[in-house]
Amino acid sequence: MIYDFFANLFGSDVIASFISGALPVVFIALFTLFAVWLERKVSAHMQDRLGPMRVGWHGWLQTFADILKLIQKEDITASDTDKKLFNIAPVLTFMGSYAAFAAIPFSSAYVGSGIDLGILYIVAVSGLVVAGILMAGWASNNKYSLYGAVRSAAQVISYEIPTVIVILTVVVVIGSLNLTKITEFQTSRFWDWMIFGGSIAGIKKLILLPFMVIGFVILYISSLAETNRTPFDIPEAESELVGGYHTEYSGIKFTMFFLSEYANMFAVSAVASALFFGGYHSPFGYFGNLIGLSWLVPIEQFFWFTIKGAFFVFVQMWLRWTLPRLRVDQLMTLCWKYLIPIAFVNFLIVALIMVL
Amino acid sequence: MNLADFLFYVFAVITLVSAFFVVTFKNIIYSAFSLLLTFLGVAGIYVLLGADFIAIVQVIVYVGGILILILFGVMLTNKIQNVPIKTEASFIIPASITIGAFGGILVSTFINTRWKSMPAELANSTLTDVGHLLMNEYILIFELLGILLLVALVGAASIARKQ
Repeated sequence: MIYDFFANLFGSDVIASFISGALPVVFIALFTLFAVWLERKVSAHMQDRLGPMRVGWHGWLQTFADILKLIQKEDITASDTDKKLFNIAPVLTFMGSYAAFAAIPFSSAYVGSGIDLGILYIVAVSGLVVAGILMAGWASNNKYSLYGAVRSAAQVISYEIPTVIVILTVVVVIGSLNLTKITEFQTSRFWDWMIFGGSIAGIKKLILLPFMVIGFVILYISSLAETNRTPFDIPEAESELVGGYHTEYSGIKFTMFFLSEYANMFAVSAVASALFFGGYHSPFGYFGNLIGLSWLVPIEQFFWFTIKGAFFVFVQMWLRWTLPRLRVDQLMTLCWKYLIPIAFVNFLIVALIMVL
Repeated sequence: MNLADFLFYVFAVITLVSAFFVVTFKNIIYSAFSLLLTFLGVAGIYVLLGADFIAIVQVIVYVGGILILILFGVMLTNKIQNVPIKTEASFIIPASITIGAFGGILVSTFINTRWKSMPAELANSTLTDVGHLLMNEYILIFELLGILLLVALVGAASIARKQ
């Protein structure tokens, strides 16, 4: 819809594609501004502090101040780094996170590309983030960075397996990989969301319900690992590795990694909410339909989508300041010995239920 | 030249140039990262040909799997930087004969084939067709491949395991 609007406005497909493709950047930037502030406030209040209070009301302008500071900073490149790769790595990492936004339906009026393989595409492009992180770690020519990068890559690859199995579980029920179709299957009534068994009539819905809850928990745990968040933040464990793969980065390049991390956090939250919590659907019908203003519906949908995404991001922060970090062997044990077998059995049971 | 043609040339140039760099870079890490661009360029060409499933599987398997494996191998191997990588030309005469013959076959096929030209249209997703083919006509091969991969997985686990 938005694409058609711009195409009509400018009369050119190319300009319309560029503008509608650039919209997620604006979203990511604004979201990051908010999320960084939220992260600091959440951490502060969990530790009985107040957090940033000086810049603006309860410090809400603090992130603007930080961004201004980061942009002004001198761009330091250590002398023994591999200059070319060192400079490409932040861009590649951000590219991977940003590419995922192309297939995420923000509302029924805006999805970058409604391809039929949406969810598979998101899984595919997350591989670019791994390549970018490995590049950063290697180019920094620093053992802490390299350790961080290798840990991060090993972790992301391992946790992709349970993620994909859970995604398959949902796809078996819905019968489509298109995120818009997955969202449309879950109607704007919260008991039709996949976490409550989807919009399937009869007893099947009740039987599916517990398995969907298990699936969601596994997906959420592995999404934490895929974004390198605590309790899986060993790639950038401050007490062991200084800062992991972005130890050597400063100024605007560090900001790119930061943006990429928060974009990733929102992307995995958006995928979780699109698969299990009705995506952009409102939990109880639309105000716009009630008063007969149909143009209000997509805006409401965007609102609900952002709220759900932000909520899951908040839960990620909540966990970060609650749980201790896992050791590397515990991390792999959790993935290969618990999550993958449970996800597989869960998948088989759901497939059986759907066949019967 | 419409947008699809333009994109085709962009992807073709990315693929060819990065493939050239894969072969010529002296630094093996640079080669590995050029390979990333090659894979992405090929995936882009698949998309333009309407093979969306192949394109995405290409990215998942090659970028997410094989390339990361190569990078792991390179990074975890101690002092790989000091190993001299041979990039000079050797066996020039047999190589040029083979390449000439192979290139000749390719060019002659390219010229002599009567290409069927069709108006470009927006391709439908191939996902459903691929699924039906895999589950009906090629089910035996599909299952055998699954068993092959399982055997490889079990083998890898048993080799890596401490006795």
